[in-house]
Amino acid sequence: MNASEIGEFIAALLILIGSIIAVISAIGIIRFPDVYTRSHAATKSSTLSILLTLFGAFLFFWWGQSIFSVRILLGILFVFLTAPVAGHLISRAAYRRKVKMADTTVEDELYDVLHKKGAEDSKQHSE
Amino acid sequence: MYKPNDLILRTTTSIIVFILLGFSIYLLLAGHNSPGGGFIGGLMTASAILLLYISYGSKAIEKILPINYRLLIPIGLLIALGTGIGSFFFNVPFLSQTFTYVQIPFFGKMELATAMLFDVGVYVTVLGVTLTIILSISRDQKS
Repeated sequence: MNASEIGEFIAALLILIGSIIAVISAIGIIRFPDVYTRSHAATKSSTLSILLTLFGAFLFFWWGQSIFSVRILLGILFVFLTAPVAGHLISRAAYRRKVKMADTTVEDELYDVLHKKGAEDSKQHSE
Repeated sequence: MYKPNDLILRTTTSIIVFILLGFSIYLLLAGHNSPGGGFIGGLMTASAILLLYISYGSKAIEKILPINYRLLIPIGLLIALGTGIGSFFFNVPFLSQTFTYVQIPFFGKMELATAMLFDVGVYVTVLGVTLTIILSISRDQKS
């Protein structure tokens, strides 16, 4: 086993772990009860799986075929920056449309700030 | 109604737009020897400008980028037509192209082709068409 084969093995392992995490994320989207927990599953683990898969592809092309692909690194940076923001915006839009939480939810501290009558005062206070 | 608080979206946008614009220029320049070209470069620049419109609102962006995107369409078409007409001056058929190798100080020896100019025309036209269509659909009052 020479150096390039070890590199390809590491790259393949990274891609395998990334795809397993993607499957776990998909199962989480199906199994979780409401929007917020689903966006938790969809955002975090999908981002991690994409990062691992892209990094595996990057290592494969770098060690296996000696191509240093800056585009894959840019893609990693881009997904790492944008996917959590997309999850944040989707769940915030859902919260502001008063989408129901799961029945097991115990506490909702943001409700008083956003939806109650005294919301105007606290908003002006915070600005 | 809620007061919009777009701090996260705006901060991310101002970082992301640099990546998008840089990559669109890369796509435009790399179109000769690898995937890319004027069309996809123009689409990507349009998407970057649209992201700015989404996160900052049309009033602020029209102050920063006071461009009438409708004017970009004839400009791009004229550039593309000009590269075709330019071949008449060298007594060759319409839209003939040529290339040469030039020594550029910092980048070294590079291949400069006249097909690049045609690609720039396509780029400007696609940018103008996309932004004209999307901005005129998304706007509900007359400006």
